[in-house]
Parts: sequence; structure tokens; C-alpha cells
Amino acid sequence: MGALAPTHLQDCYQCGKCTAGCPVAARMDFAPNQLIRLLQLDNSDAALRASAIWECVSCQTCSARCPKSVDCAGVMDVLREFSLDKDKGEVKAAKSQHAVIAFQKAFLDNIRRNGRLAEMELIGLYKADVAWHTGRIGVLFKDAGLAPQLSKRKKLHLLPTKAKDRGVVERIFERCSARRSAHCLGPEKK
Amino acid sequence: MNIGYYPGCALHGSSNDYEQSLRACLGALDVQLQEVKDWICCGATAAHSLNHKLSLALPARNLALAERDGHKELFAPCPLCSMQLLKVQKAIAGNGLRGELAQIVEADLRGDGRVLNLIQIFQNIGLDRLKAAVKTPLTEITAACYYGCLLTRPPDVAHFDDFEQPTSMEAVVAATGAKTVEWSYKTECCGAGMTMANEDTVLDLAYKILSNAAAHGANCLVVACPMCHVNLDMKQEAVNRRYGKKLGMVVYYLSDLVGLAMEISAEQLGIDRHFVTKA
Amino acid sequence: MSRIGVFTCWCGENIARTVDVDEVAKRVAELPGVCCSLNYKYMCSDPGQAMVREKIASEKLDGIVVASCSPHMHLKTFRKTAQTAGLNPYLVEMANVREHCSWVHHDKPSATAKAIDIIRLSIAKVCNNVPLKPIQVPVTRRALVIGAGVAGIQAALDIADAGHEVIVVEREPSIGGKMAGLSETFPTLDCSQCILTPRMVEVGQHPRIKLYSYSEVEAVDGFVGNFKIKIRQKARYVDVSKCTGCGDCWSVCPLKKNPSEFDYGMGMRPAIYIPFPQAVPARPVIDKKTCAKLIRNGCGLCEKKCKAGAIDFKDEDRVVEESVGCIVVATGYKLYSIAKVQPKASLSGYGEYGYGKYKDVIDSLQFERLISASGPTGGVFKRPSDGTIPKNVVFISCVGSRDNAKGLPYCSKICCMYTAKHTMLYKHKVHDGQAHVFYMDIRAGGKGYDEFVRRAIEQDGAKYYRGRVSKITQENGKLVVRGADTLTGTPVTIEADLVVLASAMRPSDGVEELAQKLNIGYDEHGFLMESHPKLRPVETNTGGVFIAGACQAPKDIPESVAQASAAASKVQVMLAADELTREPEIAAINEQTCAACYTCLHTCPYHAIERAEVRTGRGVFIKNTARVNAGLCMGCGTCVSVCPSKSADLQGFSEQQIYAMVESLA
Repeated sequence: MGALAPTHLQDCYQCGKCTAGCPVAARMDFAPNQLIRLLQLDNSDAALRASAIWECVSCQTCSARCPKSVDCAGVMDVLREFSLDKDKGEVKAAKSQHAVIAFQKAFLDNIRRNGRLAEMELIGLYKADVAWHTGRIGVLFKDAGLAPQLSKRKKLHLLPTKAKDRGVVERIFERCSARRSAHCLGPEKK
Repeated sequence: MNIGYYPGCALHGSSNDYEQSLRACLGALDVQLQEVKDWICCGATAAHSLNHKLSLALPARNLALAERDGHKELFAPCPLCSMQLLKVQKAIAGNGLRGELAQIVEADLRGDGRVLNLIQIFQNIGLDRLKAAVKTPLTEITAACYYGCLLTRPPDVAHFDDFEQPTSMEAVVAATGAKTVEWSYKTECCGAGMTMANEDTVLDLAYKILSNAAAHGANCLVVACPMCHVNLDMKQEAVNRRYGKKLGMVVYYLSDLVGLAMEISAEQLGIDRHFVTKA
Repeated sequence: MSRIGVFTCWCGENIARTVDVDEVAKRVAELPGVCCSLNYKYMCSDPGQAMVREKIASEKLDGIVVASCSPHMHLKTFRKTAQTAGLNPYLVEMANVREHCSWVHHDKPSATAKAIDIIRLSIAKVCNNVPLKPIQVPVTRRALVIGAGVAGIQAALDIADAGHEVIVVEREPSIGGKMAGLSETFPTLDCSQCILTPRMVEVGQHPRIKLYSYSEVEAVDGFVGNFKIKIRQKARYVDVSKCTGCGDCWSVCPLKKNPSEFDYGMGMRPAIYIPFPQAVPARPVIDKKTCAKLIRNGCGLCEKKCKAGAIDFKDEDRVVEESVGCIVVATGYKLYSIAKVQPKASLSGYGEYGYGKYKDVIDSLQFERLISASGPTGGVFKRPSDGTIPKNVVFISCVGSRDNAKGLPYCSKICCMYTAKHTMLYKHKVHDGQAHVFYMDIRAGGKGYDEFVRRAIEQDGAKYYRGRVSKITQENGKLVVRGADTLTGTPVTIEADLVVLASAMRPSDGVEELAQKLNIGYDEHGFLMESHPKLRPVETNTGGVFIAGACQAPKDIPESVAQASAAASKVQVMLAADELTREPEIAAINEQTCAACYTCLHTCPYHAIERAEVRTGRGVFIKNTARVNAGLCMGCGTCVSVCPSKSADLQGFSEQQIYAMVESLA
């Protein structure tokens, strides 16, 4: 795991500045510094199952302030990707985070099909997924009142413009779904 | 001046008021936006969260398309997009990754263009030129400039302004004659793309931002990001409901203020399409 | 012609196990020039040395080779042995058949053959040795101490008490350094000035100490035992010989609102001022940047008021010269500048902490002044913004220190201890106050230190949170401190009235320029380099220059005092006699063949080569030449390698010797 993250995990001396500046740390089951610690102790299993990695809003405050230049935000990305990677043994992430995972997946599927985001399609499929998986039908109707509000403001696009060359988009996705090669985020630190 | 323009999905979707504002304001300043032909989504949060390679490939395709269109500078008004573009530029600098990505995205890729955010566009135009273009100074506006996350972070990718105490937006707002306030949430996250999937977080963060701006004497916010705008503007009603407040903070795009100062109408700028409008 | 004796040592089993010492002695005896070859179990022992002496006499040896351990171990021993036997000590060579042979090989036949080769080299060398005499360098038996904080004061007193004259140069108007501004010191909670000022007075009154206050070292020339120092005495605009220190001038000065340097900006001082009441010398100085008379010829009230007629607006800087034999550098430290603007490109500030933006975010030295009984708030602990008494104070450790991203990766050693001290001093003054400390680790390694920190927590109720602080903002007059507690994995937010940042220790301003004047080394942070971090902590690589205190590395008062006394003892060794003895294995230049190209002069890392002239007995000029200063040369051989005319050579390791050694193996 350490070799595939774009940073040197051993550098972290657990000062906690990442946790201190994280806007959502209070909601997390493992604080950011604790996730790094789990990886330092080779307990990636616990880290991959944490709901914290899906609470993370990718605000980059942790990486920007880290005194040891550990890319904590980058580690969160890797944890998210690995937790869903079928080749690595897909990890069942905490149920509470299903909505976030479903949203990100629906987003990517959407742009794979359309080249650009088709918002209504995304919202529809996402809500259906969440309602189906959590049994909360109410999700389908939540914020339904926003639709006419958006429509009134001409922000609702029922027929969005798609990218013309969607074939290249599909091929890009295909190539990037192939088995993971060595992490290519530029030169590794130290 | 002509500039390559990468709107991104938000500006062609529910944040098209931002694009309207840009076109009206920048058009009046003689900046012609040349949309990159057949651009695709940059991948935003979903790509870098789920598939690292994809998060490089999608923006790489757009850089390549911009180069093919002959643009040396590329204006990306959404910081999620501009950060993705900047990240892939940094990743391919001086190594073999460039060739690999060029193959994946089926286009030649140099990665040597300049990616610009809205504040940089105004800096390029020149603050003096902005001041000279002002017809009505916005003396009634006391704005809290809200930068959000990705304009200045990560600092080793963005290389823009001081990521702890930025002042670049304030300089542009000051040129319009409006006042700005010093406040504590300039660069705190609004929750970005979690609006639907994790509304709880967004409402909590948006409340802190809006109320801190008000507590420091601002009567409105200024942003340069469509996600921030959605979370602070569209969701302000939900924030009010949850916290029992009537915040009433108008959230302007930076181009709104510059446009208003140049006496472009609110309708032309699309300000009437915001959720929170002046009472 | 040569009569060389070769003495092969067994070194117990160390050599004899891997090298066949009998075989060696036998084969070596057959080598040309060798007239005596034997081996013995412990050559360095008394009987071993006696054997060497006996053979020198009986065989009339004119050179010896001891085949044993590294010359670092016993070269001096055998040189003494030879000298006692009447043989010039520089006709002794050591062949290292232990570290270079028996300790690194296993195969006996090959090791034995190699040992013989090594000895062969030494024989070839010693055949070409010439007798040398140690060099005597005259010594000026006075010392210079640069910097008069606690380390400089201690060093100066030790050297002066030993009977030598000491010149003390201090940049500030008064001596005392940082310690004079501290409130109380750990772990005893002694009043800092109370324990320091008696020493300061002693320095001011000592018959053998010449104090140049408000002065700086301008230039350093010369070499160990013979330094010529130029000292710039900055203009005080007060004649100290007339001034009585009565204080009329600074009471009457109308310009009272200048931020006080002594109080680190927490208080004000007039334009003519004495930094603190116990200053030594107790004489004021005029700040030429703010004095109305000096700037625009106004005011002049102090001059009118002074009954001693001591004010002198025409005063100017003066440069004086002093000669000394040794120098002790004790320039101390300053705190890392927390704000955005940094003196070096490799450093960055803490924009996230609001230092400089929020008045109630201060650093640790500023806290000392606020809490001090003789501080700018008169012993009442008030916060800078509105003068109220803070009920919640947050102390943040490691600001600047242990922070690679900001440019200072090291630990500043004293902050854990003084932060604990601060919480105690705060609690003793504000009984209903609460101290909060954000820390990463607790470094309390000295005597009674750990107990001291536990006292702060267990008895004085300081709350310690293990985690760094991410950001400080200000809301409604309170400072919102967002930190973390990694032990519970939670963010911790405190609303504080005052925040104290434990800022990193850095070397004083201007130390790099001073180091270059003295030709001593410094590391990438500006801390002066000791000769050896374990065994020579107060010496430098330049003869005659010693270092003590925080200028060498972050340290506390007991360590600074210990180092100061250590440096003083080194000085006393050097000043013990009128002359210094130096090893003669240094470079020499053949002035007949020297072409005066001065390549050697420009490449010598010790600036040990001078331009000189060759003149006849009557003084008629013949030619220019380069000449080695025997007092400075360290025998590195750089000049030998660059000299195009082969005029430079090393005594005791000449080119001829090297060629002979190489050819002996052919």
C-alpha cells in the first residue's frame, strides 16, 4: 500500500495537524492521522473499511498543512480506490457511506456514457440506487421541490448537450479500467 | 483578447448562471471566450476518488484538445476543473507519463499551456483597467471573499496566492469600489460535491461559512467556484431551516460584481437566477 | 646507508591471529635498508617500548618502523619513545597492519603478504624522512569573548579568574543576553535576573575584563595565538565616562512610545533609554532612528537636563584594535520569526496562526516579559490587545521546530520545559486561569526535568493535548484555536484569550558573516560547527577559536554555562605558556623555484599562505614568492597538488617519499 501512495508514509510523525484542520474530522470513525497510523502498522484492512474515507471532502487542508509534506489527501484517494477495487478484493465499506459511494460511481458511469455530465440522469439513477439499497423510498422525493425552482431559473436541462465523440470517452474509460500499473503520480518523494 | 475556455459540466448544467455572468462581464471587457471543441468532463471528485488513472486521463484529453485548438492559455472558471488540469500538467512534467496519457486520450499532448482561474483572468486584464471600466462603484457592498479549497490548494500544484491568507480576490473586489471584510472562513471547505450524497456535511459547513461572514460584517459573499455557489446559495434555504436562521446573504460570482460596477444589469449577468437575491 | 629498525607487533591476537608475525619479521629483515627486525606481543607496552629504545641505541638506528595499529592510536607514543632514545621523533613511521590488514582479512597467507607490503611502503617512506622540529608560535595571552549572554559571561569570568585579560564584545547596549529578559528559569523557578545580575556586575567590575558594550567585531586577522581584532564601538551619543546613570535624561525624553527591544514589543521605551534597570553598563543609549535631535535637530531636552554634561550628539562610531590569542564565540540565539516574512528563502512562516495579525498571539519571549515581575505590565498578567487578564491561555509547542515544510527540521530542546514553566507561572499569577498545551512529544531529559513537567500537569492543572494546531482565528475578541488530540483521534477546539507560540531557536542575526570573518564553519541553519559532535563540542576546526552556548545548537542555561566553562578551559590550555607548540608536518615552499603564481594562496582552505618577498641580506629585492604561515597551516596538501612548479611540498609526507613508496611495491 505504501508503495502505491504518492507519498512516504514513514515520514508521518503523528502530529495530528491534519486531524486538527479537517472540517469533517468530528464525524469520522478514524481521524486522518489515525488512518495514516493504521497504514504505518500495515493494517490497511481497517483503513479500507473506515467510513472516514467517504466522509472526506477532499479539501486538501491536511496535505497543505502537513509539516512532513505527507500527502494525506492523496492517501485518502488511494484508500477509496482500493476499497472498491475488485482485483484487490472489494471491501464492504460502511453501510452509512453507501450514498456517497453510489453518487461517485453514478457520476463516473454518467460521464462514461455521455462524455459530459447529464445532471437529471445522474440524479435519477443515483436516487434510484440509494432507494433500492437502503429501502428508504423517501430519498426519491427528497428535494423534489428543487426541480421546479431550478426549472424556473432555467437551470434544469432535461436534454443536456453530450460530447460528440463519445467513442473516445468510452475507450479512455476502458483503458483506465485495465489492471492497475505502477502508480504514476510523478517522482516518489525521497 | 481571445482565450481558450473550458466551461466544465457545472457551467453547462445547473450553474449556467455562472457562464452567463462570465460572458456578459468578460465580453464587456473585450475578452472573447473560445470554447474548447468537444471538451469532456474533467472527472472532478469522482475520478480522483475512484480511479487515479482516469483522473489524469480525462483532464489530459481536455489539455490536448485545447492545444489542438491552438490555445496557449486555458480559462477554467470552475476550480475543480482547473485543479484537475493543473494536477495532470504537474504529473506529466518531464517524464514518460505524457506519452502514455497521449496514447490513452488519442491525442497529442504537450501540457505546456497556462491554466487560469477567474481571478487570474481579472489579473491578466489588469486591476487598473478594471478600475477605469467602473462606472458605478459598488459602495453598498461589503463582501466576504470566499476562496474555497481548490483555488489555492494544494499549494504546490496551484501556485496561486497565499494559501493561508489570500488577498487576490479582495484586490479585484476593491477595484469595483466595494468593501471587503477580514474573516475566518476564507479557505474553509464548503463540502464541494457532497451536496446530494452527504447533505448533512454541506449544511454544517455552509452554515459556518455564511454565519462567520455575517458575524464579521459582510452583507454578501463573493465566490469564483460553481460548487461553492450551489452550497452557499441554493442550499442557503436548507441551512436557514436547519439552524433556525434567516441569513439572507447574497452570493455573487466575482464576475457579477465586476459586471455590476460596469453597469451591466443584474438580469444580463444572471444574478436574478440565484436562489438568494437581494430583498 | 639507512639503518632502519622494524618492530612488528602482535597486538595480542588482533594481528597475530591473521598475520604470521614470525614470517613477517623474517621476510622484512631481508629488505634493503633494514638492519634489525623483530616482533613482540604488545609493542606499545613498557617492555615493548624499552625494546625499541634498546635497539635504537645498540643498532644505531636512524629510522624506525612500528608495524602495528593505526597511527591514531600510538604514533605519539612511539615518537616519544624515539625521542627518549635520542632519535628525532619524526624519523618514526607506523605501518598499519591491524585496521588495514588483520582486522579486515581472514586468509592468513594473503594477509601476511599484504602486511609485508604495507611495511615495505613504510620503510621506503622512512628512508626519505628528514628530522623535523615542532614549531613554536608565540601567544598573546589574552582572550576575546564575542557575545555576553550567560555563556559569554561565564566564559569571560572563568578566563579572567584564571589570570588572563579578557576582551568582551557585546552587540546590545547591555550584557545579559536573553536570560536577562526571562521571568523565572526552570526547573528551580529562580528569578532569572536575580541569579544573573550578580554575574553581570562581576563582569562589569572585574579588573581583568575589558567590556566593549554596544559594539561589534568588525574584522579578524591573524591566526591562533596571534589574532588582531577590529572592534566597532557604536555611537551611544552618551559619554559613559561622565554619565552617572541618574536617569534624568530618559525621564524627560518626550518620545516615549518606541517599541522596546528588551520587551520584544510588549512595552515602550523612550528615544534615550537604558534597556532595563539592572543593565551593565548602566548607561543609556540614544536610538538614532527616532531621536528628534539627531533626525531633525529638534528637542535636545536630555542634553539640557543632564547635570553631568554627558550627552554628546556629535558622537561617532569608533574602531579600536585589540590583540588576543584565543577567541570564544558565544553569540546566542534568536527566536524564529513566525510571521509570513522570513529572512531566508528556505524558511516559511505560519500564516495559519495569525501571528502579527492578532495582537493576542504572541511568542514565548514576549510571554516572559508579560509575566515578569519587572516586565512592561508591572507583574500583572495582562493581554496585549485590551489589557484584560486572560482566563484561558493556549500554549502551542513546536512552532517552527520539527517542521520540515517550514524549513526547520530540528527540535529546539528547551520549549517543552519552558512551556511547562509558563503554565505554572501563569497559574501562580491567575489562580482561576486554565492553561492548555498542544504538544507533540515532551522532551524533558535533564535533572529533575520530567518531574517538573509532571508537576505542571498534576499539581498546577495544566491541560495537555497531544496534537498540533491547524489554525487560529479570531471571533468576538476570543482566539479560536483548532487543534487535535491524537490520543483520542479527535479535533479539539479551544476558545482562548491569549495564545503563546513556542517558537524555534535559531542562531542570532549576523552569525554567518561573523563566522566567515573568523573562518569557522556553520551548518545549513547557521549554527556554528563544532570540531567533533561527541568529543570536541566546544572547539572549531580553526585553531584558537572556540564556541559555547546556543550559537552551537539549541540548549538550555545549564548546558550553556557548562559549555562556556569548557571553552574557557580550552582557552586556558592555550594561554598557559608564552608559546604554542604545533606539529611540524606542514607545507613548505621552495622559494628558489616558486614562480609566485599564488595558485596555492587562492586554493588554501585555511588562508595559510602569504605573499612574501625574497631579499638579499642588504634588503635588495630579488623576487616575489609564496610563503606558508606555520601558525595556520594544517598540512592538508592542497597547495602541493596545485603548485605548477612543484615548489610546494609537505614536510613529513613529501612527493619524493610518495614516489619512493609507490616504487617500493613495483
